[in-house]
Amino acid sequence: MLSITPDTVALGAARKGVITAGFSPVADDARAINGTVGDITSADPRMTARNVNVYYGDKLAINNVSLDIGVNEVIAMIGPSGCGKSTFLRCLNRMNDTIDICRVEGEIRLDDQDIYDSGLDVVPLRAQVGMVFQKPNPFPKSIYDNVAYGPRIHGLTSNKNDLDEVVEQALLKAGLWDEVKDRLDEVGTGLSGGQQQRLCIARTIAVAPEVILMDEPCSALDPIATARIEELIDELREQYTIAIVTHSMQQAARVSQRTAYFHLGELVEVGKTDDIFTTPRHRLTEDYITGRFG
Amino acid sequence: MNKPAVDQTRTIDRVNATLKQRYNRERRFRRFGLAAVILGLLFVALMFLNIISQGYSAFYQTRILLDIEYRQEVIDPAGERDPATLSAADYAALVKSALRALYPDVKGRGEKRELYGMVSSGAALVLRQRVMSDPELIGSRQALWLPADDDIDMLVKGRIDRNAPESERRIKNRVLAWVEQLEARGAIEKQFNLGFLTGGDSREPELAGIGGAVMGSLYTLIVTLLLSFPIGVATALYLEEFAPRNRWTDLVEVNINNLAAVPSIVFGLLGLAVFINFFGLPRSAPLVGGMVLTLMTLPTIIIASRAALKAVPPSIREAALGIGASRTQTVFHHVLPLAMPGMLTGTIIGMAQALGETAPLLMIGMVAFIVDIPGGPMDPATVLPVQIFLWADSPERAFMEKTSAAIMVLLGFLILMNVIAVILRKRFERRW
Ligand SMILES: Nc1ncnc2c1ncn2[C@@H]1O[C@H](COP(=O)(O)OP(=O)(O)O)[C@@H](O)[C@H]1O
Ligand SMILES: [Mg+2]
Repeated sequence: MLSITPDTVALGAARKGVITAGFSPVADDARAINGTVGDITSADPRMTARNVNVYYGDKLAINNVSLDIGVNEVIAMIGPSGCGKSTFLRCLNRMNDTIDICRVEGEIRLDDQDIYDSGLDVVPLRAQVGMVFQKPNPFPKSIYDNVAYGPRIHGLTSNKNDLDEVVEQALLKAGLWDEVKDRLDEVGTGLSGGQQQRLCIARTIAVAPEVILMDEPCSALDPIATARIEELIDELREQYTIAIVTHSMQQAARVSQRTAYFHLGELVEVGKTDDIFTTPRHRLTEDYITGRFG
Repeated sequence: MNKPAVDQTRTIDRVNATLKQRYNRERRFRRFGLAAVILGLLFVALMFLNIISQGYSAFYQTRILLDIEYRQEVIDPAGERDPATLSAADYAALVKSALRALYPDVKGRGEKRELYGMVSSGAALVLRQRVMSDPELIGSRQALWLPADDDIDMLVKGRIDRNAPESERRIKNRVLAWVEQLEARGAIEKQFNLGFLTGGDSREPELAGIGGAVMGSLYTLIVTLLLSFPIGVATALYLEEFAPRNRWTDLVEVNINNLAAVPSIVFGLLGLAVFINFFGLPRSAPLVGGMVLTLMTLPTIIIASRAALKAVPPSIREAALGIGASRTQTVFHHVLPLAMPGMLTGTIIGMAQALGETAPLLMIGMVAFIVDIPGGPMDPATVLPVQIFLWADSPERAFMEKTSAAIMVLLGFLILMNVIAVILRKRFERRW
């Protein structure tokens, strides 16, 4: 089913753009699996991934995925666990670099910059493409220092007043300010799970990134904290481009404008969230959405 | 499970049937554990009891009250107060005449030698030091407590049986009678022995002190710490955080683990060959001792530091990298501070090992008999465990209590280091 050839990059170049032509919806798996059903492009892309393959050692974890991530939109990535959602997301800010055996092929651009260019420095890249992780991971430092860390290392502010302002704004945007404004010097790890995750979001947006990647940001949270974060994601969309991995289809339906369905390392279908959840075109997508597996 | 018709008993009954046995097993296991702990504590208590009961008396020294006359014709016949003359004068003669004045009946050379032997040869040194620092004393009289000889010391401390027959006793009946006379007059008593803590080694047990060995250990440990902590932590950081994983780093890792198992005396041989014979550094110097002990402690520190680094959750690294911290920033801002308590513990354990180490120091000459207290890491010195070894090897009865007392001092330092380790850890942990 998966044919991995070294020249997938060259092959893929020919398949750029809309590749839905000729598909009868929800049929003919054999043909559909080799390409992605739906429109992988975005009208105003911030990031573009083309023909991305990711290997862990010899194991192919992402097979020939092409996807645009558009400005001021939330794109949700769903799929059964182990299908490569996290792997793909971590390609977008080169977090996979930290895994020795991981190898990425293909082309990923942020605006016009090829982020896998050999001369590219990952430090500014990650300042532009921030990441929120599955498990809240605040630094074991004060709430203030957590948020101020990014601006400090990137030298974004010149004095204490500016830094205070940045910290306050980030916490305000993350919807955490009112809860912590009187105890900014308490340790961040002492907050509740939901507060910790919002602190992590504040820490990410304090650097003023263009793109925020979120890898199942609510999977460790209770429903109320989850609802808070979802609200927050909706607000943040105005200023940022957001890609969110989630295992909850309801969450994808609630927060995203576009949805991408991954299956066994392939991007099976992508489209407007409303369309995907009402009229999925690929059988695998339909099976997943209707709960037949996953 | 598949044939429910056969076994009609309920699960709960079957559980209850085995419950008693399970609890019994648990209780037995707990009792074994407790017994092991008690046994261990018992041995420790026994060891401490033995050492303390043997050694506490070394902190006291028997002294004899003598009426010393600083006679001009003995000390400075020319009356010039020339320091060279004062220094070379026969102060022992002053002690002897004071003793003769106490016991005017003593006649004959043998008897006199026994009389003079009651006072330590260190008494003359005390007098010289007094006169040198205050020449005005010459010509005056002074009642002074002067150290008794080690046999007298042992007698007064009850470590020589007074009722034993003379032939089996190191003290003659005559001398015993003199001591008893002194005791009757209150002119002989045990006094606190500051010299034991501050003085250098001596062939005379009553003069021997632990101060030189303490200073030697201190200088050696300072050198060890200054070298091994930065090198060990830097090595661990590099291997754990920066080095590529390949055949070479694997080789380095295996070798570091092997080094930890190398007998310490081998490091002493290495130090002798490299530091002393090749680089020409002085023998018996704490500097070389510290360098040799650094070789020995490095694997301990590196292994502990790497374990501490590994224990830092990867999520912290990801958090820092995810907002654009560089690898170095991630390590120094987040990983290292979190690993620090573990690294410090490893270092202190390494230092404690180094403090108790004897064998490699024997190889580089730190076993020499050294009277002077070292003033720096280049001066010849010995260290506490070697001092203990030297004293334990000495035939005099009085060195036994010195040995135990030196062990007490060594254990005291070890306990102190552990306390410091605990305090440091608490300090660091509270910051987070
Ligand atoms: N660090 C890694 N080393 C080796 N294989 C990995 C690693 N991380 C993920 N994988 C493999 O890659 C595949 C995709 O994983 P992942 O992206 O985490 O899936 P998802 O996030 O969709 O659950 C899985 O088969 C997983 O076993
Ligand atoms: Mg995942």
